[in-house]
Amino acid sequence: MRRPYASVLSPVGQLNKQHAEPVGPAGLIGRRRFLQGGGALLAGSAMAGHAVAQEPASWSRPGLAFSNYGQPADDQITAIRWISENPAVPGDGVSWTPLHELEGTITPNGLHFERHHNGVPQLDASQWSVAIHGLTDRALRFDLEALHRYPMQSRIGFLECGGNSNTLWHPHPVQAAAGHLHGLVSGCEWTGVPLSVLLDEAGLDPDAQWVIADGLDASGVTVSLPIAKCLDDVLVALYQNGEALRPENGYPVRLFVPGWEGIVNIKWLRSLQLSAKPLWSKFDTVSYTDLHADGIAERMTFEMGVKSVITSPSPGQRWSSSGVYEVRGLAWSGAGTVQRVDVSADGGSNWAQAILQEPVLDKALTRFRIPWQWDGSAQTLLSRAVDSAGQVQPSRAALLEAKGGNAYHHYNATVSWQVAESGVITHVYL
Amino acid sequence: MSTFKLLCRAWLLGLTSGLTVTGSLADNSNFNVEPAALGQPMNADEIASLPQHVFADGAGLPPGQGTAQAGEVLYTEHCASCHGSQGQGGRAVELVGDRELLATEFPDRGIAVYWPYAPTLFEYVYRSMPPDKPASWQADELYSIIAHVLVLNALIEPETVVNAQLLSTIVMPNVDGFRTVGR
Ligand code: HEC
Repeated sequence: MRRPYASVLSPVGQLNKQHAEPVGPAGLIGRRRFLQGGGALLAGSAMAGHAVAQEPASWSRPGLAFSNYGQPADDQITAIRWISENPAVPGDGVSWTPLHELEGTITPNGLHFERHHNGVPQLDASQWSVAIHGLTDRALRFDLEALHRYPMQSRIGFLECGGNSNTLWHPHPVQAAAGHLHGLVSGCEWTGVPLSVLLDEAGLDPDAQWVIADGLDASGVTVSLPIAKCLDDVLVALYQNGEALRPENGYPVRLFVPGWEGIVNIKWLRSLQLSAKPLWSKFDTVSYTDLHADGIAERMTFEMGVKSVITSPSPGQRWSSSGVYEVRGLAWSGAGTVQRVDVSADGGSNWAQAILQEPVLDKALTRFRIPWQWDGSAQTLLSRAVDSAGQVQPSRAALLEAKGGNAYHHYNATVSWQVAESGVITHVYL
Repeated sequence: MSTFKLLCRAWLLGLTSGLTVTGSLADNSNFNVEPAALGQPMNADEIASLPQHVFADGAGLPPGQGTAQAGEVLYTEHCASCHGSQGQGGRAVELVGDRELLATEFPDRGIAVYWPYAPTLFEYVYRSMPPDKPASWQADELYSIIAHVLVLNALIEPETVVNAQLLSTIVMPNVDGFRTVGR
């Protein structure tokens, strides 16, 4: 279902002159001054509250009843996933996390992005089990009851489709909200049993170099994962943000492979076959491979690159007046933690360092924020992330130079939003 | 008040009034356990009932065979509506592309152009195609469909018999067209 996403934002408030003085380039304001200014504003509005003559209507009658499973507020109609299906096969497509509607770093379960190749299978959890076989000392089957008795681990991490942001390979900037361009990434707390524990129990043959993992979906998605990663940090995940996995996220059990492209995080896990060689499935070779300008394609491009995107403001919104706004966004890297995010308000000539919201976690969405004094003139905002491995998010030109225009996957270049004099936000290329 | 609530209360009181936990932690060997070993051993029949993966070198291909003549009939009925009667111009991804066009501005993919290994066709089409009824082919039927698709891609002659041996020995034109990044 598509809904209009345009909305009008008001500035968080006009700061008095002393506080609003920019310390960063092009109106980007030092964090302390912004907070001081905001504090004064809050105090002012609390006082104003006492002057209200009438009591709020919600005091005059009891509220609604308890609910077994809470739902978003009725007016939250735009905080939904946008869906794009293949007309020939409706179960083949994606739905995007509305990043521009969300704050913080954890994606609500009902808004986690989806990429299915042939629909969401309906599985009977009581009948489910996963087989571990192939080059192992023993072939073993684990059902849900068994898995629940193993020591579990939780880990907050991002999950990003290798094809996220792929409309930005297009030669002209597509106009859509931040989440509809970049929302094939989500952040969750995943809980489950470390895959290494189960592999250890099965006993690995020294020749077991690959784990071939497949799902119970109607596309039988199958990938090959190197053993080192499987023994390192892969989770056999049962919970997502504290509750059982959602059907569209692999219920009852999926793999969570920190920092690696979505396709290898096999949902609806069926079997794990230990092998001396990769399978080179269609998903290892034909799909999710990145064709470069020289006609050579990269495969097993597992690790997601360092990336950031401003989620507020977002294309489709309009700022009603000049003044102070907080520019907010998300940054992440499959190589480690986000070390810093710089923001430019003048199309990349000058940069100021954004505040990173704590905690900054390994291979997890990281929220960045920076206040900006918008003077009402046309300006271009963009963010650039640097990760703990020293990787710097490339410009679009640098990415195209390195990969050509047909890689289709792993688009991680800096993203620019233009704020017009009218306050309208649009997507631009620099 | 239920016993549970009373217990919770007592526990809270214990905490707030600074009571210490009694007994020695080191004593409690029940908490020093080996990880659960709860995997159920699978017998040979169970292992055989798992889906057989078909590797890029052809390992795992089942016995059986087919030709493009039989395959064309099946393809027309079960595949052409989405992939086009000649593997082009349908609603779904093209199965036949132009070999000359990979390193160009608008690359034209397709099986002969892009796929590095022929046996992968068996693995993928068996597991995924057609979308309304995947995992339903008999081996001979699938060898026949693949024969037809390979003929459409000008990779074999129309009368070639396609089986495990043939699929394992076809050298796909793009076999060297990949750089392997992670492992
Ligand atoms: C209802 C439409 C439909 C039918 C019928 C259909 N396919 Fe497909 N096919 C698709 C779609 C959609 C995809 C892409 C799937 C995805 O994105 O995972 C696809 C992908 C493929 C691919 C992978 C191509 C590539 O290069 O990525 C092959 C090969 C294929 N189909 C073969 C077949 C064969 C053989 C049949 C008949 C037995 C068939 N298909 C029937 C819709 C269809």
